[in-house]
Amino acid sequence: MTDMTTKFFAKGAQPSTHTGNRGLQIEEPLIFEAGALETSGVDFEEPEAFESRLGDVERHDSIGLPGLSEPETMRHYVRLSQKNYSIDTGIFPLGSCTMKHNPRINEKMARLPGFGDIHPLQPQKTIQGAIELMAVLSEWLTKLTGMPAVALSPKAGAHGELCGMTAIRAALEARGEAQTRRVVLVPDSAHGTNPATAALLGFEVRAVAADKDGTVRAAAVREALGPDVAAMMITNPNTCGLFEPEIAEIAAALHEAGAFLYCDGANFNAIAGRVRPGDLGIDAMHINLHKTFSTPHGGGGPGSGPVVFSESLAPFAPLPLIRKDGDSFALIENESETQGEHPFGRLVAFHGQMGMFVRAVSYMLSFGVDGVRQASEDAVLNANYIRAGLRDVMSQPFGDKVCMHEVLFDDSFLKGTGLSTLDFAKAMIDEGFHPMTVYFPLVVHGAMLIEPTESEGKQSLDQFIGALRSLVRAATQGDAERFKGAPHYAPRRRLDETRAARQPVLSYSPAQSKAAE
Amino acid sequence: MLAAIGVPSVDALYQDVPAAFRTGEIEGLPHHQSEMAVERALGRIAARNVPAGSVPFFAGCGAYKHHVPATVDHIIQRSEFMTAYTPYQPEIAQGTLQYLFEFQTQVAALTGMEVANASMWDGSTAAAEAVLMAHRLTKRNKAVLFGNLHPHYRAVIETISRYAHYETMALPSAPNTEFVESVDAETSCVVVQYPGVFGGARDLSALAELVHKAGALLIVVVTEAISFGALRSPGSMGADIVAAEGQSIGNGLNFGGPYLGLFATRQKFLRQMPGRLCGQTVDEDGKRGFVLTLSTREQHIRRDKATSNICTNSGLCSLAFTAHMTLLGEAGLRKLARLNHANAVALADKLAAVPGVEIVTRHFFNEFTIRTPKPGAAVIDALVDEGVIGGVPASRLFPGEERLDDLIIVAATETNTSGDRDAYAAALAKVLA
Amino acid sequence: MAEPRYTSDHEYIRVENGIGTIGISQYAQDKLGDIVFVELPAVGKVLSKGQEAAVVESVKAASEVYAPVSGEVVEVNEAIVANPELVNQDPEGNAWFLKIRIANPRELDQLMPEQAYKDYLETVE
Repeated sequence: MTDMTTKFFAKGAQPSTHTGNRGLQIEEPLIFEAGALETSGVDFEEPEAFESRLGDVERHDSIGLPGLSEPETMRHYVRLSQKNYSIDTGIFPLGSCTMKHNPRINEKMARLPGFGDIHPLQPQKTIQGAIELMAVLSEWLTKLTGMPAVALSPKAGAHGELCGMTAIRAALEARGEAQTRRVVLVPDSAHGTNPATAALLGFEVRAVAADKDGTVRAAAVREALGPDVAAMMITNPNTCGLFEPEIAEIAAALHEAGAFLYCDGANFNAIAGRVRPGDLGIDAMHINLHKTFSTPHGGGGPGSGPVVFSESLAPFAPLPLIRKDGDSFALIENESETQGEHPFGRLVAFHGQMGMFVRAVSYMLSFGVDGVRQASEDAVLNANYIRAGLRDVMSQPFGDKVCMHEVLFDDSFLKGTGLSTLDFAKAMIDEGFHPMTVYFPLVVHGAMLIEPTESEGKQSLDQFIGALRSLVRAATQGDAERFKGAPHYAPRRRLDETRAARQPVLSYSPAQSKAAE
Repeated sequence: MLAAIGVPSVDALYQDVPAAFRTGEIEGLPHHQSEMAVERALGRIAARNVPAGSVPFFAGCGAYKHHVPATVDHIIQRSEFMTAYTPYQPEIAQGTLQYLFEFQTQVAALTGMEVANASMWDGSTAAAEAVLMAHRLTKRNKAVLFGNLHPHYRAVIETISRYAHYETMALPSAPNTEFVESVDAETSCVVVQYPGVFGGARDLSALAELVHKAGALLIVVVTEAISFGALRSPGSMGADIVAAEGQSIGNGLNFGGPYLGLFATRQKFLRQMPGRLCGQTVDEDGKRGFVLTLSTREQHIRRDKATSNICTNSGLCSLAFTAHMTLLGEAGLRKLARLNHANAVALADKLAAVPGVEIVTRHFFNEFTIRTPKPGAAVIDALVDEGVIGGVPASRLFPGEERLDDLIIVAATETNTSGDRDAYAAALAKVLA
Repeated sequence: MAEPRYTSDHEYIRVENGIGTIGISQYAQDKLGDIVFVELPAVGKVLSKGQEAAVVESVKAASEVYAPVSGEVVEVNEAIVANPELVNQDPEGNAWFLKIRIANPRELDQLMPEQAYKDYLETVE
């Protein structure tokens, strides 16, 4: 007994246990280490005798995948889930990502058999409600943005960018300018998806530098314009959390030069219901339903990225199109059925992320146009409240001024502490918070981008502000170990990313598992 | 809060927006409603649809009606999975990262490949990404699209190719097409579906050899993931890239999305792979842990030189897949696949006995094509009135190709009962009479 | 050993008998952090000055290595492909990237000698 007690505390601050578990923090093996090839947690009826028609492609070899029983499966995933941070656990202040509350009514609605259990190629008379729902979503998106047309099929924001930029290419082709206009202007502060999307379509990316206040000047755009420019991709509000004050002039300059304005709508949640992008002169913009309209991020997806279009791009929207005739609806799936439109093609099999459409409409109906507007205002209010609570101890790259739904800090307040943005972020984990977005946007040194969303109440914001202020104090008072060794209280300490990249182990094999021990 | 910020009103926070663009309340949209009212409104719309589970149901063509165990739906609704972000802070995202590692392992094993990524948007976009990857690897620009490729998949590949200025050559579509000698020195890849959109499944080894001899890559598209439990893996037949739709395992029909792109390839092509990858490593205490790795391929680092623009993928759908696959295990998947095939064989026999009906597909897994004496679209439409959703008429997928108008593509799964099959055969006999 | 010359993108080249040995500077290695991957060109490839010759990656950054002068690749250092960490340990010595047969020796005049590069680094910092 004495012996055990000694050993338990032998390793200092971290007592060691027989299992390696620490109370509710339970170590969980991989399913390949726990399961067996013959185990299955699902029961099936035996088919009646039949003669195989698989021909010469019948599988005879083993796949090598073990199974778990139902209770083992449940326990495995519940234990894994307990190693995750989530919105339901606490504030998730990732700037640019919009981690807002995911109402469960949305989940319930998406699981109605009339939405969740319908096939994309059922006869159209059996899915009138599905097309009606798409029409309702379209109406909301076009009215909120003040733009006449929408393509629902893009699967995520980056796919929406591809949709918008392809429509621009199609419009240029129709004008006979696809070969000459090959440059896309992208501000330095843009999401990586913007230049990646432009490059995917063979456009040459030309960077436009922002002004020292963090926004883009129309004069700088005019300077970069030429007969070779196809479009500009801009994020508004931008990735520094600022509304682009000259956006309308930028749009006018582009249009005058025969180019288009694409807007990355990742930050639409700051202005939805208060500003209509169509009024600003935007030609195409994707809307992340998983940001502004509360569909869950799901640990990295699925998302949904419908794109709204201006008059000039509307005819080029991709298939499928939606037609409404009184109470009856039709999906136009083929170019031969179009009436005057020139769809640029098809972005995806079937019709888009229906499951996300239902959730978004459920949110829209719950909040209403008044609630959507208030959600934008509350998001902006919360971000500014955090700014006000931290402005005297942290540093803002563009000075202390009103921000939109997210507030940007840089690492100059850490100067002389020997600590980096990453150290600061990891110490937040020990305080029970998910860190903010770090090192983005790239234009700001050691960037920290905080987006609280409208979901947080004042008490939550005050606690968050208090914790960050205490961390700043600790950092400036030289308590480096608290930061360098952080996180101390997470399921894992800092992970060796260099090792992961030098000798990539991307799937389980018994040998590599042994070597890791 | 306004006082702390030092502004008189919320309006003042929008001071950077020029006054002309600050709008009042947008007209024509409803105000907020109670949860009950929302349920009523959406319930009314949902009721206008005929759920697959409410009728004898036989539509497939890239989306399949399978049973999803209750355990799976519970797991994906766990707060800590559903309301988490992409695991960029690995110390507090080990739950997501470990299941992604398990998912990648399962996908690699099922497809018979060496490495798989953490998912793509769906099968069709995965196929398009595979084509772009083949272009990068071979430094050639032409994709040959086999005649058994799902027309939507073909259209997705053709759309990106057209606007990004790559070449495609689509071979004529028909059940039981033979491979046409069409690989030349410009060809980067051949895209073939397995089983094909008409349901036919056959050995791809000879095709792989031919493709490789020409210095091109073989991309195998799979739209029915349950088939991995019954058919030889694409990897064992020489595939270089497998782009598959994973919906069938763990994910409902959802009218076409969200679905789950599976993407697997050979180790030697790893650096040109699109999408996120999860890798194993250790933490400061030497404990095993997982991180997103090889990110320098991706848009957030490489920007315009990235292998793809994909960011958000299909996280939660991959959890549904891996949880269902864990519950099945190899033994369960094989049983499930066998039951699918058995039901398809039984259905084919039933339908073949209906006067005028011909089974066109010789070897198949759970989907096959029938020829009817009346146009397929009219037959399917009439079957709806008999309370049966009898498949997908080829004319819906191949409009304008009149030679295919008398074909219907029919899928059977474990969810069909013998009663469903009887109902289908009886209704079909009535419709064709 | 021949005196190295540097580019403003932090490549160096050391010339002996018309063959230039190219790599990245100590400074570049330090800025990139732990190197995890190196991609080298094929032997025989003809590079023009300023063209992308190789890629070097850390966990969070990828960087192209440009040819400081024009020439044909005659040898590449496979050791750094197998062990990228060598670039961190000895970038200007054993962990060179490639050797080229220099096409136009006059291009060397546009590069910085060691002291000029050191002065340049002061301005970058």
